[in-house]
Amino acid sequence: MAPAEGARVLRCGGSAALVEVADLVQVLRLYEALLAERPPGVRELVPAARTVLVAYDAGETGFDDLTQAIIERWQAAAERAPEPDHGADVVEVPVHYDGPDLAQVAQLTGLDEAEVVRRHTGGDYRSGFCGFAPGFAYLTGLDPALHVPRRDDPRTRVPAGSVALADEFTAVYPRDSPGGWQLVGHSDIVLWDVERDPPALLAPGTPVRFVDAGSGS
Amino acid sequence: MRDSGALEVLRTGALATVQDLGRPGYAHLGVSGSGAADRGSLRLANRLVGNPESAAGVEVVLGGFAARVLGRPAVVAVTGARCSVRAGGRLLAMDSPLQLSADTVLELGAPEAGLRTYLAVRGGLDVAAVLGSRSTDTLSGLGPDALGEGVELPVGTEELEAPSVDIAPQPHPPADLVLGVRVGPRDDWFADGAVDQLCSTGWQVSSDTDRVGIRLDGEPLERRGDGELKSEAMVRGSIQVPRGGRPIVFGADHPVTGGYPVIAVVDHDDMDLAAQARPGQTLRFRAR
Repeated sequence: MAPAEGARVLRCGGSAALVEVADLVQVLRLYEALLAERPPGVRELVPAARTVLVAYDAGETGFDDLTQAIIERWQAAAERAPEPDHGADVVEVPVHYDGPDLAQVAQLTGLDEAEVVRRHTGGDYRSGFCGFAPGFAYLTGLDPALHVPRRDDPRTRVPAGSVALADEFTAVYPRDSPGGWQLVGHSDIVLWDVERDPPALLAPGTPVRFVDAGSGS
Repeated sequence: MRDSGALEVLRTGALATVQDLGRPGYAHLGVSGSGAADRGSLRLANRLVGNPESAAGVEVVLGGFAARVLGRPAVVAVTGARCSVRAGGRLLAMDSPLQLSADTVLELGAPEAGLRTYLAVRGGLDVAAVLGSRSTDTLSGLGPDALGEGVELPVGTEELEAPSVDIAPQPHPPADLVLGVRVGPRDDWFADGAVDQLCSTGWQVSSDTDRVGIRLDGEPLERRGDGELKSEAMVRGSIQVPRGGRPIVFGADHPVTGGYPVIAVVDHDDMDLAAQARPGQTLRFRAR
């Protein structure tokens, strides 16, 4: 429970700890530190907006030992200089910027549509975490000028491949699903394929760029 | 004459799905654990027929399931919520291996208590695995579809050891369900006394209860302040409390992340009991 260098470790049942840090950048830092040197007994690491869930085998380790191991890795990561190169290849997502909400986003942001596209393709993004649906990655690094609220009336069906904005995130819908994000375009890239390893194209930590693929599909 | 065996589904009851022990290890990609809601009952059914505990069987909600043995004779076992088990009209025992000849129709009645009954067949159900599991995830849609009339479930033909257990009578589930919990991780998001209230009052299981979660009715739990929690990972057993204050105990097909605070987490071992909680039943929590 002790706040150590900005990380708080909370008990989450008998076989998981929830580690809370300041923001998503710190989340990825902690997640990668734990991935690189997985504490004994750890079964699963699940990053989210401000937390990393560390699920463990209670037969192999306990909450106190695990907390110790997490804090050690966190402190070691904090002492290292942040690495600009994450080692992973950048995934380029070609986008046709023809989404039904592009005009709405332009209006909300006070930019014209071309400028929305220019800013969206200008960003260096990283997959922060997955949730909502298999392979749905919340991409961080969105230009603050493009932070727009969700739609007042969510759609019952958003087509797979839709490129979307909501709050501080951008994302690509991996499959048809309901959704309330603002749709600015679509991509033909396959985000989720259970025959692929890993099945998600944009696993947490993956660097991502959007490329304007012109009009048409 | 076929040399492989299968079960042909004749009736499904409210909901029948294929389940094994789930697909752990993909939560970071947005995939929930899924798998049998009452893991202990599926494991037992598998042991009774000589399968590895992780083999796929059928999870039946509130009985009403029937299937015909196709091709080869089958060895099956029925565990979980206690119901009548009939084969060719004859009444047979639960929690025991049953030899069924080809063409026999196996029928499960409605349980007197409990919610989920499990059917294992020697060899396991050999439907296609997705990410290492044959479980139907009702939230994400991964795995096989929920079972429907006429579906043929192939039975695996792997060589197995002879079953080591003959019969394993199970106690009736307790009428008053008490689930052990550990407080947190977000108990500090609730008003003083909320944890006491969670653990001292009876909660009624709502009819809106499924593999995703057990929704509970009772005096709403009060929040401290009105902050918004950023999405964070949930586990099976997380007791999430949305705005309205009525708790949801997340089950096997829970969403991987959630945006409401978790006041406490049900002990792993007690989630099997929770999986047998019926709508209308009263459930209590006890803090460790």
